[in-house]
Amino acid sequence: MIKLKKKTPLIDQHDKFGFYGNKFGGNYCAETMRKPIEDLSKLFEKLRKDRKFLKKRDHYFKHYLGGETPFFKLENLTRHLGGAQIWCKDVSAINGDAHKAYHATVNALICKESGKRYIAGDTGAGMFGKNLAMAAKKMNLKCKIFMGTKDISRQAPNVKFMRDAGAEVVPVDSGSKTLVDAVSECMRHYVSNCDNTHLAVGSAIGCNIFLKICAWSTSQISRELKKQLIKEFGEIPKLKLINVIGGGSSALGFWNEFIDYDKKHVELVGVEAKYAAPLSTNAKVAILHGAAQYCLTNKEGQIADTHSLSAGLDYPGSSPLHGLLKDTGRARYTSASDKEALAAFKLITKLEDIRPSLEPAHAWSECIRLAPKLKKSDVLVVNNCGKGYKDKKIYIEQLGYYPK
Amino acid sequence: MKNSINNAFKIAKKENRPALISYTVCGDNTKEKSLQILNSISKDLDIAEWGIPHNCPTADGKDIQNSSYRALQNGIRLNDIFKLVKRFKKLKPSKPMILMGYYQMIFNYGDKKFIQKCKESGVDGLIVVDLSFPDNKNFAKLCKKNSICFVQLIAPTTTLKRIKEIIKYSHEMIYMISTISTTGSALKYSAKRIIKNYNVIKKIKPSKNVVIGFGITEKTISNLRSADGLVVGSTICREITRSLKDRQNPVTNVGRLVRKLKNKIL
Ligand SMILES: Cc1ncc(COP(=O)(O)O)c(C=O)c1O
Repeated sequence: MIKLKKKTPLIDQHDKFGFYGNKFGGNYCAETMRKPIEDLSKLFEKLRKDRKFLKKRDHYFKHYLGGETPFFKLENLTRHLGGAQIWCKDVSAINGDAHKAYHATVNALICKESGKRYIAGDTGAGMFGKNLAMAAKKMNLKCKIFMGTKDISRQAPNVKFMRDAGAEVVPVDSGSKTLVDAVSECMRHYVSNCDNTHLAVGSAIGCNIFLKICAWSTSQISRELKKQLIKEFGEIPKLKLINVIGGGSSALGFWNEFIDYDKKHVELVGVEAKYAAPLSTNAKVAILHGAAQYCLTNKEGQIADTHSLSAGLDYPGSSPLHGLLKDTGRARYTSASDKEALAAFKLITKLEDIRPSLEPAHAWSECIRLAPKLKKSDVLVVNNCGKGYKDKKIYIEQLGYYPK
Repeated sequence: MKNSINNAFKIAKKENRPALISYTVCGDNTKEKSLQILNSISKDLDIAEWGIPHNCPTADGKDIQNSSYRALQNGIRLNDIFKLVKRFKKLKPSKPMILMGYYQMIFNYGDKKFIQKCKESGVDGLIVVDLSFPDNKNFAKLCKKNSICFVQLIAPTTTLKRIKEIIKYSHEMIYMISTISTTGSALKYSAKRIIKNYNVIKKIKPSKNVVIGFGITEKTISNLRSADGLVVGSTICREITRSLKDRQNPVTNVGRLVRKLKNKIL
């Protein structure tokens, strides 16, 4: 069995070929990309130790993204479910409406440092696309966003944001017309333009450097949470940290500072969409978008189709880092169906003032399942990582209403 | 049939021309059709390359994506590909056959089993687009052990230091990517600049057969004729697409196209 290394950041637990636990990750890419990603790795390793750069990042996080996101107890939901205390880390309160804001901003900053003038990214739910478009505008970069045509139509409000921010939205009409095809097309764009374009991959996926940059950026969430927990409880209480998993970027950010804790102390629970669930269905390891990972495939090895009402979760692969967390037993993974996510949204919004998007609604569903079975001293924290407005139309279609 | 790849280059050299290498997708648009196409063009070819279709091709342009899509729609599987290679080699025993694909398809099948199957079916070489140096060292070794040529790739972005290392670990053929691009886009550089890059590689180890590929069309092929070999892929795939669209026979149309390509480098 593979073991995690203590006191080593999760993203750094790879070998010289970019493999985690000898099994996940790597750099399965065209030769053309090798030099650009090597250059990017060098630049990133330099920047993450560079005080000036870190100061700049913190400045942007604070003044541009609005600083620390709130952490509060959901009293009504706790009372209603009658078990564990339920707390919300409301990342959706960030300027940019989702955790993708952190890593879009960092990517734009890195692009700036690299001297490149063009930035390209993929998006499914449109959260990463929107945030990348805004960051690019802020930093005077030319931005292209690749998005499946199915997602362009189901996440229209975010597409408008991107276009208004001056980004070019490139429709991807191949395959399933969703995130998996958008990522492929974006990578192809990079292969053809890597001399002047920075690639910002939308989740903790892709060749080694891309997932490192992503998880490094979103880990701001757990840095804040750790402080907020100590402020509330005087210590890190016995916890379960529940997070939705698409590619896995929000979960990695939410969990990063807690990896070294014993799992009996801080349990990590990932929730996938039921029909896009490589981690919770014992999928095989496959190579997708440059990395080995748990991924849904057919018998022939072709990448399988997925189905989720949530565009951000409609993806067959998973971050190599989640493969590592699964195989080491550090995190456990489960799933929620469209129906369960919708029911969770209904209950949460009836009782509380938050309006989660479809993605975190999956995490809420697991929270609702777990809470009644637990004791009052147990603390559940859910990462409410995205705002619901982008799914308003879908909620109305499915539930008949969207709460005020 | 040993070293038939080297032999193919020798023949072309003797005729004072580059080796002509086709790239088509196995199973495009049906299994039988793809074999017929290859069979009909092989008199003008020195080496045949067959693509293994994959549904997440991160380095292919639209033309090859279309071909792969058609092949997959028609249900092509790896075992079909091995059977088709065997039939092709029976028809054209001296024509070297190189399979090209993405590593996922091989990984899923199992490296050892895949290479064994290649050997049994008569595959002479392998190109794995996304298994680049040095990650491919073990795989390349396994190929060598089974007398299969593992074709290393070199791109315009590859540093000189890396080029030297790649050459050191290469087998009898090296593939030079002409431009910073996926397959099938237009050449971004002048032929002169591409040949200059090519000469850098050749100078390091003149005995290696270096072929140029990506973006070669009827228009550009003659300007690159000083290379050891030239690969034409998207241009052929596009012709198949056009033929199907116009309800014409791709076998005759592709045959005519390849003849034309060949005439330009004679
Ligand atoms: C709010 C939200 N949560 C989660 C996801 C899923 O991605 P990840 O698992 O990388 O956080 C998305 C993707 O777009 C999203 O918008």
